[in-house]
Amino acid sequence: MSDNAEKKPPVNERFIKTPMPEQMPEERIRNFAEVPYGYAAQEVAREAARCLQCKNPACVAGCPVGVKIPEFIKCLAENRFRDAAQVLKECNTLPSICGRVCPQEDQCEGLCILGRKGEAIAVGNLERFVGDWAREHSDQLDIKVKPKNGKKVCVVGSGPAGLTAAGELAKEGFDVTIFEALHEPGGVLVYGIPEFRLPKEIVQSEIESLQQLSVKVVKNFIVGKSATIDELMDEEGFDAVFVGSGAGLPSFMQIPGENSIGVYSANEYLTRSNLMRAYKEDSRTPIINGRRVVTVGGGNVAMDAARTALRLGADKSIIVYRRGEEEMPARKAEIHHAHEEGIDFNLLCNPIEILADEKGFVKAVKCVRMELGEPDQSGRRKPHVVAGSEFEIPCDVVIIAIGNRPNPLIPETTQDIEVSKHGTIKASEEDGRTSKKNVYAGGDIVTGAATVILAMGAGKRAARSIIEDLL
Amino acid sequence: MTQILKKEQLSEQVYRFRIDAPHIAKRRKAGQFIMVRANNHSERLPLTIANASKDDGWIEIIFQTIGASTTELGLLNEGEHVSDLAGPLGKPTHIENFGRALCIGGGVGIAPLYPIVTALKEAGNDVSTIIGARNKGLLILEQEMQAQSHKLFVATDDGSYGQKGFVSDIFKQLLAEGQKFDFCVVIGPAPMMKATTVLTVGAGIKTFASLNPIMIDGTGMCGGCRVTVFGETKFACVDGPEFDAAGIDWDSMLKRLGSYREFEQKAKDKHICQLGTEQ
Repeated sequence: MSDNAEKKPPVNERFIKTPMPEQMPEERIRNFAEVPYGYAAQEVAREAARCLQCKNPACVAGCPVGVKIPEFIKCLAENRFRDAAQVLKECNTLPSICGRVCPQEDQCEGLCILGRKGEAIAVGNLERFVGDWAREHSDQLDIKVKPKNGKKVCVVGSGPAGLTAAGELAKEGFDVTIFEALHEPGGVLVYGIPEFRLPKEIVQSEIESLQQLSVKVVKNFIVGKSATIDELMDEEGFDAVFVGSGAGLPSFMQIPGENSIGVYSANEYLTRSNLMRAYKEDSRTPIINGRRVVTVGGGNVAMDAARTALRLGADKSIIVYRRGEEEMPARKAEIHHAHEEGIDFNLLCNPIEILADEKGFVKAVKCVRMELGEPDQSGRRKPHVVAGSEFEIPCDVVIIAIGNRPNPLIPETTQDIEVSKHGTIKASEEDGRTSKKNVYAGGDIVTGAATVILAMGAGKRAARSIIEDLL
Repeated sequence: MTQILKKEQLSEQVYRFRIDAPHIAKRRKAGQFIMVRANNHSERLPLTIANASKDDGWIEIIFQTIGASTTELGLLNEGEHVSDLAGPLGKPTHIENFGRALCIGGGVGIAPLYPIVTALKEAGNDVSTIIGARNKGLLILEQEMQAQSHKLFVATDDGSYGQKGFVSDIFKQLLAEGQKFDFCVVIGPAPMMKATTVLTVGAGIKTFASLNPIMIDGTGMCGGCRVTVFGETKFACVDGPEFDAAGIDWDSMLKRLGSYREFEQKAKDKHICQLGTEQ
């Protein structure tokens, strides 16, 4: 690029991202169908043609699973969908999920060279297209599976970490069994992320494709309770165990009124709506359809909950977050969608009490205003309370989406496994090895609540260690 | 796994299912529960294990058909399968030889009390048991309790069987007689547990109550079953279901139990209505 080009605004077509066609906000806030429709072939061709095909691609370095991004985009630009799918499936077990839920702006897209002068390549949108193509044309793909090596691996949890590890190990010839505590596999992909962001049939089809690689899925089996890891290894003959049990213990704010009727953890609210299908007529699971719903938090889960509330019929869905929008950990696309859908953002605002009526039903949240001070350990500016700034937000449902702590069931019941003071399992970030021989861990149970793709990266790395240690 | 080996109706609305579940039978301890779903539309129901045989690989659950999902469960027959069954969940009852143990059960809560009575007896305790129900027809497990308890007392609200009155009335009498107990477990409807434990705790007896809050997953994931114990938020599924009754915030728990009363009634009415048309 010449110096001259740098000074000009990005009028060049190459710098403009192909827009994603989407359901209109006023229409979609009353249904649970997916918001983006996905690129058509023509849009894929245009977007793929923008890629600079860098020799040293920064995007790949930004991907926790190291997807060969320029390679699959090149195939797309040349209209070779099958080849694109082949490349993508070899490095990423769950592309149609990643294309939808990864925080691309902080990873691949955030590092894209085009982004310096214009808009980054829409890697996520392209990945989604290829992932969907691969699901619909799985018979055309050549997934190499090595002959059985005679070793048995147990995977605890069927969320993103577990599914990825299972896929990698099955391809390597291991006999893999996934144990899932709930009645449906998928972990957070099923109980947490709503239909309008990640349709459940996609998760099901990804799990079916693992089953085609002869991965066994055992539902309703709570490792730590139904059997301990030690029993699975000693009595059931598993040679290795990968723990990807997630951060399944919601945090509350410990403020007065938090046990009032209509106060939900985001996990409970989303589980009722997603896993238990409370949004459907034939479900027996009730959910309080608040008219005015306050969601506390600024992450993806908070956005999911606030947007679910609208779809369940709320007149007003309000986000309360103690920092500013810049500090919100949610994906930019989710924040953007939430704004489009008319969700109120009450920023720099923190609840101090939940007020209930005499029967115990929520009637308002009492909040204080906050101001940002110096950056804290996370690099985000630390919020302080503004004295005398108390005010009330009337509402009938409050959803607490301030994160999760690690689930205690496995740390409590597994001998010789080292656990941090926060209750997470200690495992190497590089290889997933824990203090216990042949036991590996990854995802939220190690890091605390994080993202789908980081969990997948951890699952992939742990699988590599298992291959190294057992073969 | 999950097949109903035996179905019995214990009273008008109360059923006992023996379910093939070798894994759970092998590991379960007194006080633990399972999650069960009758079919694909049903809710996940937490039910305390009422009995089990490690050797024969079955567990028993006893439940009352109150809402739509328990009604659906009650409609299943011998030989059929429940759609989902997971467990054993929760922390087991702490069992040791306390000396004189008192077990108090009300209504369908008598069922989860049974394995605790058995375990306390096996541990060498002198076990007195008080069971109660609204009327004779709703009283369950009298014979079983008789066999496992050193002394059994029975009350019905309407006096149709045993002594007229509440289980708490019998406790008051025992107290008046100067009887002493070293340990007490109370299981039943929340208002009964509140009323009874106030008395036992008041009499200086270490008392545990097995709580039955609204629960979805049973593994700690949703936090719906949270209760306040000694001012702290606890999850009944992973921290309980039994808690020291001296610290339980009963009023908050009683309110939360009413969260979905309206929905439940509607769902049940609708369900019964649909059943009517099917027939």
